[in-house]
Amino acid sequence: MNEPVSDETLAPAAQAVLKRDMPLIPSGSIAGNALVVVIAIMTFLACLTAGGALLVARASENWRSEVLRDITIQLMPRPGDDLDSLVAKAVSAASQAPGVDRVHAYSAVESEKLLEPWLGTGLDLSLLPIPRLIVVHMRDQTGGELPGLRALLSRAVPQASLEDHRVWATRIGTMANAVVALAAALFVLMIVAMATAIGFATRGAVAANREIIEVLHFVGASDAFIAREFETHFRRLGFRGALIGGLSAIAFFFGASTLSAWWSHSTGGEEIAALFGAFALAPTGYLGLVLVGAAVTMLTGYLSRTIVSRYLHGLL
Amino acid sequence: MVRFENVGLRYGMGPEVVRDLNFSIAPQSFQFLTGPSGAGKTTLLRLMLLSLRPTRGTIHILGHDARALKKDDLTALRRRIGVVFQDFRLLDHLTTYENVALPLRAMGRAESGYRAEVIELLRWVGLGDRMNASPPVLSGGEKQRAAIARALIVRPELLLADEPTGNVDPGLARRLLRLFVELHRLGTAVVIATHDLQLMDQFGFARRLVVGDGEVTIFDGVSS
Repeated sequence: MNEPVSDETLAPAAQAVLKRDMPLIPSGSIAGNALVVVIAIMTFLACLTAGGALLVARASENWRSEVLRDITIQLMPRPGDDLDSLVAKAVSAASQAPGVDRVHAYSAVESEKLLEPWLGTGLDLSLLPIPRLIVVHMRDQTGGELPGLRALLSRAVPQASLEDHRVWATRIGTMANAVVALAAALFVLMIVAMATAIGFATRGAVAANREIIEVLHFVGASDAFIAREFETHFRRLGFRGALIGGLSAIAFFFGASTLSAWWSHSTGGEEIAALFGAFALAPTGYLGLVLVGAAVTMLTGYLSRTIVSRYLHGLL
Repeated sequence: MVRFENVGLRYGMGPEVVRDLNFSIAPQSFQFLTGPSGAGKTTLLRLMLLSLRPTRGTIHILGHDARALKKDDLTALRRRIGVVFQDFRLLDHLTTYENVALPLRAMGRAESGYRAEVIELLRWVGLGDRMNASPPVLSGGEKQRAAIARALIVRPELLLADEPTGNVDPGLARRLLRLFVELHRLGTAVVIATHDLQLMDQFGFARRLVVGDGEVTIFDGVSS
């Protein structure tokens, strides 16, 4: 060949305009864009499932906590008893018990109102032996202070009965666990579906770039080099898709929490609030969505590397 | 440099497409691989590039028994072999400069370390003013020269070219051939698959490996 040309002897203008360092795998291809769309949709759906599971788990924790903290004292009316005085004694005894946060006694009118959904309005209920209820809200849900409260109460008002709702709370807990397990199972299924869909889309995108793999292979690129180039490229695509899907999901939950604040007092709003709480994800919930996006990004890179490595394994 | 001993190849359960191949390619030699279309020229080149494994026989390439080579050894060996594909196989999204620099980039070399080398070679093959052009806008001859430059950039010990003059006019074909001859003079063993008899006659010093009926017949070149 001719005399070697050093960097200095090259025309500076030629060097300045020289296009170089383009990525080895073209960005913005149809297959690449399709993969970004698939990843964005699947990430959005996975984030919705994950967020839904977190909301239900948190709401169920709240249900259990509320039920286990509340204890009901019931006073059955007996002939000759001054119920108001007994209620006052019971309230006084319960208030002195350790671990009690607050005590609320239902008045006769409030107790009668509790029956209205079943008996209707406009009835004279004064002739019925309606029990009086006192709700005691404990500071914790462990039930450790319950024997102390029971002892105090039995000394002050022997005819009072104490209901700690443990049986019902156990059933609610079982139901809540089942709902959370179902949400978790749905999330796992969603992840499997997502990995499969991303796997297929990645395989298609890699196939579209098969020519590049073969050329690199035959000009002496090592398998590790080719796999690394593809992993980097597809991780970038995965990141773009995960960013779009993840941000959409975050916007969805943010919007839903804002809307739920508006409709919480509407018909059915309280039931939805009971099931999903205030529809507001905790900061850790949003962190969970970010982790889903990060996992999707890593998964896309890993899948592309595996697919390319497998293809290279078949090439001599 | 290359030695074939009783090499045969069949695809699947079909008949042998090449059989009982026994020949050698010496270092710094120049030969044409010729024969009618479909005779097995490309197959033979692929065997030399080790992208096909023979079903029987032994191939020795650059001092290695091909059967004993591991994947990493193959990569190291391919860096010593330049190849010009029949259909060029340039990457359309890269510029001519980047396509030619591809083997060096694949070796992990820094761009600043090979820039001058690549520009020099591009000028040598007459593509000095087409460095930023991408393959879709290059003419057939320019693509051919870019593909040849990509094969030459690593200064290979063995150069395999499959119909490198197939898409160009006779004048350009001669000029391209002169590139290969100059490379041969610099010490590279050159194997060019072609069925252009007229062109081969113009380079009478070259040895001819004629493929026909799955076998290879060798005709030594005329000493100049």
